[in-house]
Amino acid sequence: MANLTINGKTFTLDVEPDTPLLWAIRENAGLTGTKYGCGIAQCGACTVHIEGVATRSCGVSVSEAAGKRITTIEGLANGGALHKVQEAWIAQDVPQCGYCQSGMIMAVAALLSEKPKPTDADIDEAITNICRCGTFQQVREAIHTIASA
Amino acid sequence: MNKHVSPKMNRRAFVIGSATLGAGLAIGLDIPFGGPAVVRAADGSPEIGAWVVVRPDDTVVIRIARSEMGQGSLTGLAQLVAEELECDWTKVTTEYPTPGQSVARKRVWGDFSTGGSRGIRSSQDYVRKGGATARVMLIQAAAEGWKVPASECTVANSVITHTPTARTTTYGKVAEAAAKLTPPSDVKLKDPKDWKLIGKGVKRLDTVDKTTGAMIYGADVKLPDMLNAAIKDCPVFGGKLKSYDEAKITGMKGVKKVVKVGDTAVAVVADTWWHAKTALEALPIVWDEGDNAKVSSESIAKWLAEGLNNDQPAYVGNKNGDAKAAIASAAKKVEAVYSYPYQNHATMEPMNATALYTADKCEVWCGTQNGEAAFAAVLEASGLPADKCDVHKVMLGGGFGRRGQTDYVRQAVMIAKQMPGTPIKLLWSREEDMAHGRYHPITQCKMTGAFDADNNLVALHYRLSGQSILFSLRPEALQNGMDPAAFQGVAQSGEAAFGYSVPNLLVEHAMRNPHVPPGFWRGVNVNHNAIYMECFMDELAQAAGQDPLEFRRRLMGKHPKHLAVLNAVAEKIGWDTPAPQGAYRGIAQVMGYGSYVAGAAEISVTDGSKIKVHRIVASTDPGYVVNPAQVERQIAGSFVYGLSALFYGGCTVKDGKIEQTNFDTYNSMRIGEMPKVESVMVPSGGFWGGVGEPTIGVAAPAVLNAYFAATGKRIRSVPLRDQNITFA
Repeated sequence: MANLTINGKTFTLDVEPDTPLLWAIRENAGLTGTKYGCGIAQCGACTVHIEGVATRSCGVSVSEAAGKRITTIEGLANGGALHKVQEAWIAQDVPQCGYCQSGMIMAVAALLSEKPKPTDADIDEAITNICRCGTFQQVREAIHTIASA
Repeated sequence: MNKHVSPKMNRRAFVIGSATLGAGLAIGLDIPFGGPAVVRAADGSPEIGAWVVVRPDDTVVIRIARSEMGQGSLTGLAQLVAEELECDWTKVTTEYPTPGQSVARKRVWGDFSTGGSRGIRSSQDYVRKGGATARVMLIQAAAEGWKVPASECTVANSVITHTPTARTTTYGKVAEAAAKLTPPSDVKLKDPKDWKLIGKGVKRLDTVDKTTGAMIYGADVKLPDMLNAAIKDCPVFGGKLKSYDEAKITGMKGVKKVVKVGDTAVAVVADTWWHAKTALEALPIVWDEGDNAKVSSESIAKWLAEGLNNDQPAYVGNKNGDAKAAIASAAKKVEAVYSYPYQNHATMEPMNATALYTADKCEVWCGTQNGEAAFAAVLEASGLPADKCDVHKVMLGGGFGRRGQTDYVRQAVMIAKQMPGTPIKLLWSREEDMAHGRYHPITQCKMTGAFDADNNLVALHYRLSGQSILFSLRPEALQNGMDPAAFQGVAQSGEAAFGYSVPNLLVEHAMRNPHVPPGFWRGVNVNHNAIYMECFMDELAQAAGQDPLEFRRRLMGKHPKHLAVLNAVAEKIGWDTPAPQGAYRGIAQVMGYGSYVAGAAEISVTDGSKIKVHRIVASTDPGYVVNPAQVERQIAGSFVYGLSALFYGGCTVKDGKIEQTNFDTYNSMRIGEMPKVESVMVPSGGFWGGVGEPTIGVAAPAVLNAYFAATGKRIRSVPLRDQNITFA
């Protein structure tokens, strides 16, 4: 059993302590917006925020995440108001297949909270998510749009 | 039920049979209309023909038979229907009919296949007619209500106006009456010059849910009391499952059952996928690997190299004059051998399908590029007839050709069949996905060019050796043993025609089919053919002492559309002006999927091994551009896919297995490596070409040619990581 605080809500989940947070979120908490892509913290599809820090949830165990503030894509919006990254993503039509975009959006949201006006070099360093559809050009444009708003 | 489908039919027979049927159903509005036979959508709203449902609140639901996998066809196809329907675009939504419904209605929605960049180009005609037919019926219904001639009515944005009296009504109000009318037998489509919505870069219809986590992909499907399955198939293709020691995992948490899947695979079924995967990792499995375990990349390369010898048999795909004789007597000869490796699709979402099997029903939920092929796989694997089966399509987390195959669908049904009544979600691990791809075919190519004393190219011999996709996946499409698709981009004519005139030309393919299963991988045979041909064109230009662009232009006089896109990129990148300090340029062109494309790259190279791709200009002539914003995204996206394969890709074989296991050994480009992509669209009209794939062909050769310009070194094999060359 583990207590996880996800999107401000406490979940008491029947999981082993070494279960990757990704699978506890997807299968036990039932929040499927966070995606499985590789399981080895390479692709970033499973990125969530832990205490506000963008983290690849496949590489974090439930025991490490217990007691910490976890935010998934489902919890990024503030009530009915979408997060500015989500809004920009819609305005720029960023997603293609969209499977990597939950993780991409979470990574970008964390970058912008740390650096509201990131340079291209900041983006290159912080955003290392894989997108096989190749949305990078729109991702970059959308980040700059938010930064210049 | 469709009489052409019986449970005993295999998938191939079904697909061919249904394709034949489809030919006579181009518009496919032969469903019964009139009287009580109004066809209703699930929410009770009436169909106005099979493609359009109109709700009382004026929402228009457009049926989409092809699959959305990121390429934007869902939005593009809706634009085509809406253009003719004259409906309010802001009230358009879409839905997928199921393959089961389609078969039950004599394939009213035509082909579901979403590959070969065909989604729009091969259905544009009948989906536009579907929209036009519905418009005529809706106007007719309004006119009958007013007791006026339909010719006195006009429509815009779902509002019908009786012009003489200025009375108005809306589609939602007349939909019930329209659904009872007999559809017109023929409708006239708009002249392209009158298009308002086609050609406009309207926003995609599926974006919002992709930003909130609400979009449901196959891996996200949840059904009541569902269990999860993880699978391992014999890692040596063609090998079999010998045994497994179930006792070793008995009692592991959540494990419900261990099942054999066909002769080759074993799956663990558990309460969660994580439990299933953990137990599967702990399960001792013995494989009967068979003779293929002796195959390696080295043995494949050796076998393919033998095929480059002229004494080996080969299929001739394109020929004029006598290339061999002209080469033998030429003043100057240039020869080079190139190669291209296996590539995995590596869709972000690994393969998966959810199946529910009961004694009299089998349903599957999955992302698929071919709903009907998935449906046929369900019939075959379940043994149930068509009216007892169906496939519910969900969003694909990438396709790129991989999800046109149905191996994962069949597996899910085979597992579910062993647990009747329980829905089973089968999800492959990334490692399974890497081990059981349908790989970009492996090839080598020897090219020989010959010049006369004045440096005119008089002969070209293009000799491919390697794998045929059709041999493995669609043998019925072979022509006397020859794979016509092997010549994509270097073919005599058709949708992938060679763009150069050479007096003596011989293009041939020595077919060599290793045991590694090939598949349609975005761009398919255009990928290697464009690298081979366009890099060799640069070698020929160099040998002739000519500028690579000028050299090409001289051979392209009879290929004005090929030349037009090449000229467009040359102009945009500024070929006539020097590149910025330290930057070098390369150029390439090809035709594929009915579209003409060209690319020009500007790169810089540090230490001979670190490449920074600053920009790539791409030009395409697909005939018509339905949604320029999406075309632009497809061009940039195709470059990410193509350049990832060039720099980082390549699947190698050891002991009969694929060596790469995950993104750490099969890397993919990141945002920091992404060049600026500038798209130039030059649609010339009069034909419909594809968009998703063609441009992928020009990224790699443009970069490789720029690398030569920068370093004086030719790269003739992929991936670059094998040569310790990487992104700066």
